[in-house]
Amino acid sequence: MHIRPEAAERHTLSIIVDNESGILARIAGLFSARGYNIESLTVADITEDEAVSRITIVTKGSPAVIEQIIAQLDRLVPVHRVTDLTALGPYVERELALVKVAGSGDHRIEALRLAEVYRARVVDATISSFVFEVTGGTEKIDKFLELMREVGLVEVARTGVAAIARGRDAGQ
Amino acid sequence: MKDELSGADILVETLSALGVEIVFGYPGGAVLPIYDALFKQRKLRHILVRQEGGAAHAAEGYARSTGKPGVVLVTSGPGATNIVTGLADALMDSIPMVVITGQVPTHLIGTDAFQEADTVGITRHCTKHNYLVKDPARLAATLHEAFHIATSGRPGPVVIDLPKDVQIATAPWPADVDAAADPVVRVRPTYRPQEAADPALIEAAVEMLAAAERPILYTGGGIINSGPQASAALRQLQSLTGAPVTSTLMGLGAFPASHPDWLGMLGMHGTYEANLAMNEADLILALGARFDDRVTGRVDAFAPGAKKIHVDIDRSSINKVIRVDMGIVGDVGRVLDEMIRIWRERGHARVDQTDWQARIARWRAKDCLAVPPAPDAQAIMPQTAIRRLWEATHARRPIITTEVGQHQMWAAQHFGFEDPNRWLTSGGLGTMGYGLPAAIGAQLGDPDALVIDIAGEASIQMNSQEMATATQYRLPVKVFILNNEYMGMVRQWQELTYSSRYSESYSEALPDFVRLAEAYGWRGLRIDTLDQLDDGIAAMLDHPGPVMVDCRVTKLANCFPMIPSGAAHTDMILQANEVSGEMDDEARALV
Repeated sequence: MHIRPEAAERHTLSIIVDNESGILARIAGLFSARGYNIESLTVADITEDEAVSRITIVTKGSPAVIEQIIAQLDRLVPVHRVTDLTALGPYVERELALVKVAGSGDHRIEALRLAEVYRARVVDATISSFVFEVTGGTEKIDKFLELMREVGLVEVARTGVAAIARGRDAGQ
Repeated sequence: MKDELSGADILVETLSALGVEIVFGYPGGAVLPIYDALFKQRKLRHILVRQEGGAAHAAEGYARSTGKPGVVLVTSGPGATNIVTGLADALMDSIPMVVITGQVPTHLIGTDAFQEADTVGITRHCTKHNYLVKDPARLAATLHEAFHIATSGRPGPVVIDLPKDVQIATAPWPADVDAAADPVVRVRPTYRPQEAADPALIEAAVEMLAAAERPILYTGGGIINSGPQASAALRQLQSLTGAPVTSTLMGLGAFPASHPDWLGMLGMHGTYEANLAMNEADLILALGARFDDRVTGRVDAFAPGAKKIHVDIDRSSINKVIRVDMGIVGDVGRVLDEMIRIWRERGHARVDQTDWQARIARWRAKDCLAVPPAPDAQAIMPQTAIRRLWEATHARRPIITTEVGQHQMWAAQHFGFEDPNRWLTSGGLGTMGYGLPAAIGAQLGDPDALVIDIAGEASIQMNSQEMATATQYRLPVKVFILNNEYMGMVRQWQELTYSSRYSESYSEALPDFVRLAEAYGWRGLRIDTLDQLDDGIAAMLDHPGPVMVDCRVTKLANCFPMIPSGAAHTDMILQANEVSGEMDDEARALV
């Protein structure tokens, strides 16, 4: 007998929650307990009184699994609402990465040139290194990192995906 | 001018204001202030168990039989970790329960203090919700919210972790919580179980039911949880539609077993007629049931020709295991009431089910629960023991609890239940050791009831220390052990899937149960032969105090019918002689 993986599609979920201790563990734990994937997870409070947070989770699963994930999240007591941005319609998705590159000569020049192409900003520089700040969709960041590996990538810090529905209304 | 009360006193006052009468618990260092507060009051009755796990199951038994939430009080560290099984059990079976755990003082949290455990972390995924309360001023409101969450929507266990310094510190009293106010208004807006279902869906469901030629009502524990009026509504809808009824393990008693349209339990150890009716139905109305793997068998072969309507208060239950044609989120009792109203308003008549009833009659004729012949004239078949127990007790409407294993399935098959809240068993989690403490809880909830734990000789040893609890509080519970000297269900699976290699499933070194009973001040009885069976049962019932009966049954009987794991409803094994060989790995993995 062999274990076979299931076909999966990528969904970006936006979860509005009460900002209380343990909420992140509750949500992350639900994913691990039920065998769901987390590709990326970001969280920060989003209201003036810091009482409410938005958690953005990028996950993969079959349509039935995605439906289950949403239903399971929705029944957690501190959860206000869960929005499947991927299913809802057009939305904007961004990630920020800080990318440290070290090198000299051609590598250094090439790194700067590529950073310009990707609209990455230099936020720290020494004689032999740069830290770039780059924002964009996950694919753009992936591509930028792939290129930086060629020219002396030292380390990288990524925020994970933040996403929001397009248009004037709050996502449902 | 407000008074100040300690956290411990606020706890006692609030529990009492919430209508709590009984608290199951065990003291320890981190709950000493609460125990001192309990000592000084007469509103709450504390039941001292012998291990915290017993408190959790006793609270479950109390909750399941009375419909009221079970309340547990235990200390930090090992006290809290010992109730984890009970929490997981209550979560699976949707039992309302509120557990107060002591915690080390706030300033010691995180320092690996004596008897410190991360209770909130450990119980996060085996509770419906949990709290760490760090301020006594927050305690009353948290308790009100906890009780509301535990008892509403899909019920479940809630833990409140209370550090020792918070029990001692004071806060203004009465608190700003108005106990008379509607709890729904008070609790946080994020918690909003959907009790009223979409009327358009209910109407459509009624039309589907009215048009069905081969309908079946598949009912579950949700009907019991919804309250006795949901069972009454189920009976009413059934009499309007004439549809046959089957039930999960957890739903037994919602529909009377003596009714001619009762098919018996469905699933792995369900009846032939229930499983075949599910397989050939053209409409399945699932009511407060969750399509557990023990019910569905092989999912891709489950009820292939049926339209499926699923009514459940938990949205996540719908389409979790089986894709349904219509999901209705709402309280099953209210949905049933609406369905009855609409059925009547529209003047629907029963569809002619002559063909359907004829098929069912053919399946019934198999008599799948017929007791196989005993190996010798005086040997007791376990099924016979259960039937005789039923004959001797059913007029008294007993509350039956069970442990987990063969005896549990035999009890479900052969003990007919007529009413809800009389059948207490660990369904989802399958917790051995549940039955005795659950019986204690049920007896406390209804002191005049006849409460019998149908047990196995292996399971009963998992919580037999609770015999002392029954002794202390003079609870006349009866424990009826079907003793076959095996962990029978394990042995049965080994026989079916591992060529009878009985790895560690023999109950070696059993205690003398009669003398064990006597050691605890109980009456102990042994039944060895068939001609002793009725007298033994009568002697058990005659004794006014607790009794343990060691009923020696045939050692190698197996529980049939059975759908082997990974098989379809149509692949039932009816008799032991249909079993042969080994299962392949795919089937073994599907347990």
